[in-house]
Amino acid sequence: MESFFTRYKNVLVLVAVLLAQTISLAVQVKRPVESGAPDGASVTLLRHWVVGTVTPFEGFFHGIGHSVRSGWANYIDLRHTRQQNHDLQDEIARLRLEQAAMAEDAIQGHRLQALLGFQEHYVATTMAAQVIGGSGSDTSRVLYIDKGSNDGLKPDQAVITPDGIVGKLRDVFPRTSQVLLINDQTSGAGVLLETTRTRGILRGSLPGQIQINNLTPDARIKPGEQVLTSGGDQVFPRGLKVGTIESIAPDPDHQPYTLIRVKPSANLFQLEEVLVITGTQAELPAVAQKDLKQAATTAEEQAAAKAAAEEAAAEAAARTTAAQVVADRLPSLSDDKDANAGDGVKTAAGTTPHSSVPKPLPALHPDRYTPGVTPPASALTPGGANPAQPSRPVSAPAPSAEDKPKPMTPNPDN
Amino acid sequence: MPSISYTSRRELEQHSFPPAVTLLVPVAAIVLQVLISKLSWRLGIVDLPLIVTIFFAVSRRSPVAGTLTGMTIGLLQDALTAQPIGVNGMAKSVIGYIAASIGVQVDVENLTTRLLMNFGFSLLNSLLLFLINRRLLGLQDFHVLWVHELIRACVNTVVALPVFLLLDRTKRAD
Repeated sequence: MESFFTRYKNVLVLVAVLLAQTISLAVQVKRPVESGAPDGASVTLLRHWVVGTVTPFEGFFHGIGHSVRSGWANYIDLRHTRQQNHDLQDEIARLRLEQAAMAEDAIQGHRLQALLGFQEHYVATTMAAQVIGGSGSDTSRVLYIDKGSNDGLKPDQAVITPDGIVGKLRDVFPRTSQVLLINDQTSGAGVLLETTRTRGILRGSLPGQIQINNLTPDARIKPGEQVLTSGGDQVFPRGLKVGTIESIAPDPDHQPYTLIRVKPSANLFQLEEVLVITGTQAELPAVAQKDLKQAATTAEEQAAAKAAAEEAAAEAAARTTAAQVVADRLPSLSDDKDANAGDGVKTAAGTTPHSSVPKPLPALHPDRYTPGVTPPASALTPGGANPAQPSRPVSAPAPSAEDKPKPMTPNPDN
Repeated sequence: MPSISYTSRRELEQHSFPPAVTLLVPVAAIVLQVLISKLSWRLGIVDLPLIVTIFFAVSRRSPVAGTLTGMTIGLLQDALTAQPIGVNGMAKSVIGYIAASIGVQVDVENLTTRLLMNFGFSLLNSLLLFLINRRLLGLQDFHVLWVHELIRACVNTVVALPVFLLLDRTKRAD
């Protein structure tokens, strides 16, 4: 018996080691009900030891790198601060106008949500954290941040950047936390397509891409569409940016579903700082409410200014139109006005009021169409000169020599 | 009375390492692995813990020591990931055992042998990880991108040569 163990010592050790680890794997795989869930106590203990050993080194090297980078960045930033400040002021002014334009819709949306009893969750509090390390393996997409349970973090809290979602806290240690990225193959998130309002489940993959593979083909879903969080996973609040659809193709592994690849909004491969969502609330945060109120006031002011401008323009247009009509219909009025400008002044000075009767302007051409005025056709000689017309019966001034009718000559242009 | 004769390669070229090296080099490999992958995600293709496992296994030429070294390094690596603990542990235990067994038979100081060995073990590591994830853990979506794995094997082979030369200096002949 002794010789057997001595002879096969190497193989027996290997088998024992593999067996022990297989049992350990079986226990671990059975424990978490859902993928991405935190480990059991015994596994956490081992991770705790290793993370406690490795993260101080990571933090040390990260600190050195951060100091060097920030020193250099500060120097570079100072060179362009004035220009950046100017650009930012412009951008703030532009964004305020945009915000004012959207404020009315937002207020209306909140009113409708209140009517429907819809429970919205807004991001209330966040905690900024720095990324100090990763897993070191390209098959497991996790990050380590420099905040942990001592800072009030808990497992399953959402991790985001201003650009979009990043992942969620998986294991939380006293001073560090492990973040499971959304592009890890065990990761998942409930998402909503912005235009079509289709709900789906976002999953990571081995090469580090994020994709939706539980939707059937739909012609309305097109590349470039925004993907947002749906809030259905109870981790990410609703409406956060996830990414944009990059491509749509049939899923070879899961027919008849489609494989929708999404380009993440946040740069998951180069993260330096992240925000952990530590609290949500049913109402808009106070700062956001204040901003919304200010935007609404700005929108009202803009609307009032616009209405006043429109009214003034309408009045001016009406005045112009009335004057134009009068000038067109009563041309002598304007001429008399011009001519009697001095009289007007005199009148104003206290003389008898001058009542001017408008007089029609003399006709440019003699009246040849009124019955009795034009000689009968028998009196006309073809090619000869027409007889002289009788004088006008009205008190219109006699036409001058220039106004006399001329023989009709064919128009050479005709 | 049995006479001691140094006839086998194992007896002639078996090396040991100072305890500090045995303890610190695997930890340093893991810390470095984390740091370089943070520097650029593309550098995550390098597997420094695997290189260190192969080095210790072929240098000690003891399958038991190779198995235990591989298991320890693999478990340390697993502890930093989101995977169940034991995935890399099992793969590196097998690699440690085979590398030590090969080290008894062939001259592992030779440059060509080192090249072939690192290339082969890198591919074997990928295959073992695939089998463990697919068969033991039942991850049906786990695929092996063989082109990627070939590139990984080439990169690991290139990185392993200077690492081996550096670690050769820490050897202590028994």
